[in-house]
Amino acid sequence: MTRFIQILKKPVTGTLIAILFGFILAGFILSFAGYNPFAAFHALLTGIIGRPKYLANIVVKSTPLILTGVSVAFAYKMGLFNIGAEGQYIVGALAANLVGISIHLPAILQLPLVLLAGIAAGALYGAFSGWLKARFKIHEVISGIMLNWIALYFSNWIINLDAFHKPNTSGAYPIDQAGWTTFFPNWKSTAEAGQFMTDHPYIGDILRTDFNAGFIFAIALAILMAYVLYRTTKGYQLRAVGDNKDAAEFAGIDVKKNMIQAMLISGALAGLAGALNIAGNAPHAVMQLAAFEGNGLNGLSVAFIADGSPIGCIFSGFLFGGLLYAGQSIQYMIGAPSEIINILIGTIVFLVALKDVVVVIADRMEARQVLKRKEQARAAKGGAASC
Amino acid sequence: MLNTLTLIIGITMMYATPMAFAALGGVISELSGVTNIGMEGMMTIGAFVGASVGYFSGNPWLGVLCAGISGACLALFHAIASIEFHADQTVSGVALNLIGPALALFFCRLAFDGSAVTQPVANKLPKLFGPNASGILGNLNVDMMVVIAIILVAIAWFVIYHTKWGLRIRAVGENPAAADTLGVNVKLVRYICVILSGFLAGMGGAAVTLSIVAQFSQTSIAGQGYMALAAVIFGRWLPHGAYLACLLFGFAQALTVVFGGGTGGLPTQIIAMLPYVMTILILMLFVGKSNAPKADGVPYIKGRR
Repeated sequence: MTRFIQILKKPVTGTLIAILFGFILAGFILSFAGYNPFAAFHALLTGIIGRPKYLANIVVKSTPLILTGVSVAFAYKMGLFNIGAEGQYIVGALAANLVGISIHLPAILQLPLVLLAGIAAGALYGAFSGWLKARFKIHEVISGIMLNWIALYFSNWIINLDAFHKPNTSGAYPIDQAGWTTFFPNWKSTAEAGQFMTDHPYIGDILRTDFNAGFIFAIALAILMAYVLYRTTKGYQLRAVGDNKDAAEFAGIDVKKNMIQAMLISGALAGLAGALNIAGNAPHAVMQLAAFEGNGLNGLSVAFIADGSPIGCIFSGFLFGGLLYAGQSIQYMIGAPSEIINILIGTIVFLVALKDVVVVIADRMEARQVLKRKEQARAAKGGAASC
Repeated sequence: MLNTLTLIIGITMMYATPMAFAALGGVISELSGVTNIGMEGMMTIGAFVGASVGYFSGNPWLGVLCAGISGACLALFHAIASIEFHADQTVSGVALNLIGPALALFFCRLAFDGSAVTQPVANKLPKLFGPNASGILGNLNVDMMVVIAIILVAIAWFVIYHTKWGLRIRAVGENPAAADTLGVNVKLVRYICVILSGFLAGMGGAAVTLSIVAQFSQTSIAGQGYMALAAVIFGRWLPHGAYLACLLFGFAQALTVVFGGGTGGLPTQIIAMLPYVMTILILMLFVGKSNAPKADGVPYIKGRR
């Protein structure tokens, strides 16, 4: 019993319970709408692990979500709500695209430059939001929302310029192949590779997708950011400002400087997410955007499901990406609208917001247990005395 | 000239109104101390419910009412989470922004044979100068939701600043503990305000799908809820301030519509960007103290200091 209470008190327990209840609720909604929830969840599971290809695509889909999730989580640790991750993602992708078109170097230089361009663009865009807050007290939610739209239209404008627009497509020219993170791009198109893929169906299935090295960057950066936040002075300062701005300022921490720096780093992560999308996925170019793709906005959910932990973002990013990707299979296998996945994810995020309830329940159980033990002790003592 | 001017005014009002409903709701909710990031979700569900009730019943006003109720239902979840469970209101709001549009599309596909758009409604909301106005009157012939929005802003301003209920709302948002000791029911006030904000946001959604366009689609609500959020902050948590902020956003949109046809040599994307650039510039020029309600976003726990 005591052990059970201890498990309940762990932060991750609340999250897991939230996920479980999210599925239960989604099941109820599905059966209310006349679908068999078990068939739906079976379809979902099939959509995740049914083929190696699915897993590879989920990794591809999750890569930007992990990074934007870490981006949001990092800023949130400082009390900043980086709703502008979407815009930072867009400018990151755009900058990576432009650099990737303009220069032609060996891969060892090309790839880092493409990624650095994305990082720099995202970082500057994020830092601008931070600067607006530090200098003009403009709420980062306002500037973030405005900068998201500005990024969207700016990106659409640039890729439609003659210099960058690839004729007969809705996007820019693809970047030089040296900047790709795709595994063996040259070899893949050879006859020998075709034979290999037929001989090894599992590996072939994966190689035919956009599976690329991007996820390694995402995981590495999540770990790095956890290290920065919890093991360095800088991270300590950022968290101190997040906990109590006035106390931090009193202790000699430059709040404004930290604000800009936090947004710079947060923007850099979202920008890298955009750059990795260009480096990793066909068509390796920015497309005309009719609306936000949600890579940044979904980062909010990823960060919150992870309870603001960068390491947690790895798991919640994969969860989110997996559900989004496999949600399509619900639609074509049992015909239920794939939007059920967004309802499911939204419910999980909502329940994560309520997860402190679990701790409260655990506290009450513990208090009751202590009380019971005392009563037992008293009863035992009383019994002994009466003998 | 007069023609262009009236056209701009008409389009400004048209774009501003849906946002204004949500922003007014946002002001009320935040004044009582509960931040409401979830307005985008509440608007989307309102847009869908409004359009489908309008389609099935043929009565657009019933659509508006049901849209408001659907937004209020979504807001109820936000209220329970933030008032009863002291949840992180930002997280809860973000969740509603996912759930709202997803529910709308889910039920849209169920009700309209798998289609992500509803059938167009037969009767849209009536126009101010009747269906046959033309010329300048035609340009200014806004729909009734525009008028209702202005009336509601005036009522909200009066209630919040000139009645005891308004004083209670503001007291709860500024210092809930003090309000509590004076016998104000903090929870009840917050519940009412949050649910009201959902109702208004839902109406705002219906203002898109029952008067601007005649049907709901995935892009009916594309960021208006977030813009309303910005308008709340931009308008400094004042009902008329938020409304003016919405007018400004609407005005900038109107400029893009009227002058967006390639005149002046500016690419359309640059013109489309202007409203947002303008907002940031204006905010930079008017560096000011933020007068956010002091307890905005802070859960109130009885007996805790």
